[in-house]
Amino acid sequence: MKYTEEHEWLDLDGDVVTVGITAHAAEQLGDVVFVELPDIGTSVTRDDEIVVIESVKAASDILAPIDGEVVEVNEVLVEEPGKVNDDPEGDAWFFKLKIEDASMMDDYMDEAAYKAFIAD
Amino acid sequence: MPVRSDKGNSGILNTGKDGPLNEELKHTPLYDLHVELGAKMVPFAGYEMPVQYPAGVMAEHKQTRTKAGLFDVSHMGQVVLRARDPDDAALALETLVPVDVLGLAEGRQRYGYFTNEGGGIEDDLMIANRGDHLFLVVNAACKDADLARMRAALEPQVTVKLIRNRGLLALQGPAAVEVLAEHHPGVRDMRFMDVETLPIAGAECWVSRSGYTGEDGFEISVPEAATADLARALLAHEDVSPVGLGARDSLRLEAGLCLYGHDIDSDTSPVDAGLTWAIQKVRREGGARAGGFPGADRLLAAMAEGPARKRVGLLPDGRAPMREGVQLFASQEADRPIGQVTSGGFGPTIGAPVAMGYVRADLATPGTGLFGDVRGKRLPVTVAKLPFVAPGFKR
Repeated sequence: MKYTEEHEWLDLDGDVVTVGITAHAAEQLGDVVFVELPDIGTSVTRDDEIVVIESVKAASDILAPIDGEVVEVNEVLVEEPGKVNDDPEGDAWFFKLKIEDASMMDDYMDEAAYKAFIAD
Repeated sequence: MPVRSDKGNSGILNTGKDGPLNEELKHTPLYDLHVELGAKMVPFAGYEMPVQYPAGVMAEHKQTRTKAGLFDVSHMGQVVLRARDPDDAALALETLVPVDVLGLAEGRQRYGYFTNEGGGIEDDLMIANRGDHLFLVVNAACKDADLARMRAALEPQVTVKLIRNRGLLALQGPAAVEVLAEHHPGVRDMRFMDVETLPIAGAECWVSRSGYTGEDGFEISVPEAATADLARALLAHEDVSPVGLGARDSLRLEAGLCLYGHDIDSDTSPVDAGLTWAIQKVRREGGARAGGFPGADRLLAAMAEGPARKRVGLLPDGRAPMREGVQLFASQEADRPIGQVTSGGFGPTIGAPVAMGYVRADLATPGTGLFGDVRGKRLPVTVAKLPFVAPGFKR
């Protein structure tokens, strides 16, 4: 598992990476009330804004962490955005990206580094 | 996960990690209690205030609608106006507000606003007749300007005193009356907008049956030293939980109440805002004390003409909230906006996004279909009657 400074977690399995937000981010956001997901098949470049999350107080973006193609999205979140607060690091993943260059994963933090990052 | 800076309410992920705030923030008498209760503190109008407690905005909102919520509103400005003859204070204040202050009976409170020469609104406030003086509650962000305005216009005939040594609590929700009645049964007999001085938890409290949530409830001015004790005593009741600014905003939005600086400001006419109900007959054209407040000619003329745009409720058809600043259009294709959202978010009681804003008067009829531009997409939204939730006031 890898973590970004934008509070995303990345779980790589073969050439597909599953992306969600961390429990820390979910807690900071507050109750999530709206999620807008990208279309399957969308080609994305690192740092593209591809998901909109709105909580009771603010709208935020999730950025594409790695270049790739959206191969799956978690439609359940559209109907039940509150799941992001209930299980951010489990069932409430946002999208899966098929990536070409797995070495881009190396740019991101491991769990210990992320914990240190949010403790700052 | 960057917070979108173009969405007005920025900052939920910006708090905490940005280090000390460079601005010197004031604390209310309940600061230590907020921290003890685990509140997330944010800067608001020069104060460090709780935006939410661990329960979260959604739960705090529902708690207030179903039982009772306790709010710290000590950041608001509490002001006392005195003159040798109380009627002189009332008449003097009438030079700044279009409200019938002279006719306000002792023990009663009334909503009002300061107007400007352009016929706009400088701040909105509550005005209470407490017998030998008038007691005002003004918005935190406007209190310095309000004081300066009143001092310039009213002194020396009227003394204008900012009350610095009292906290202000709001206990709101259907259970509020029975909770407060355990401390003083007299509150049961108060009607909406009654004000009284009552001993509560050993302190002299200035109590009004009013609030900013659309629910029955009370606002309680309490000596600073007793504020935390009173808050703890109220929170000890099983029906009461603390509620932060986040839910305060969603509650007032569902109740169709204006937030100064957002839904109304110095350029907003009370006519457009639908607030002329606060101008009593005696201050209107043909009334015994017609006009006589800043911008009276413009405001009274605008009342006769009717509004060019109107403040309305807006219910987005989909799930995406339409927040402050969203432009409204009559159709998918139209080039020019016909209005914009001034407050918007998610309404926990409605269970869907809710908003209010201004639209051209001919498009203001409830049921009218419009479009809001959200992140470059025109999403359908329907004009709705305000408030979104029926008020629980005890008339």
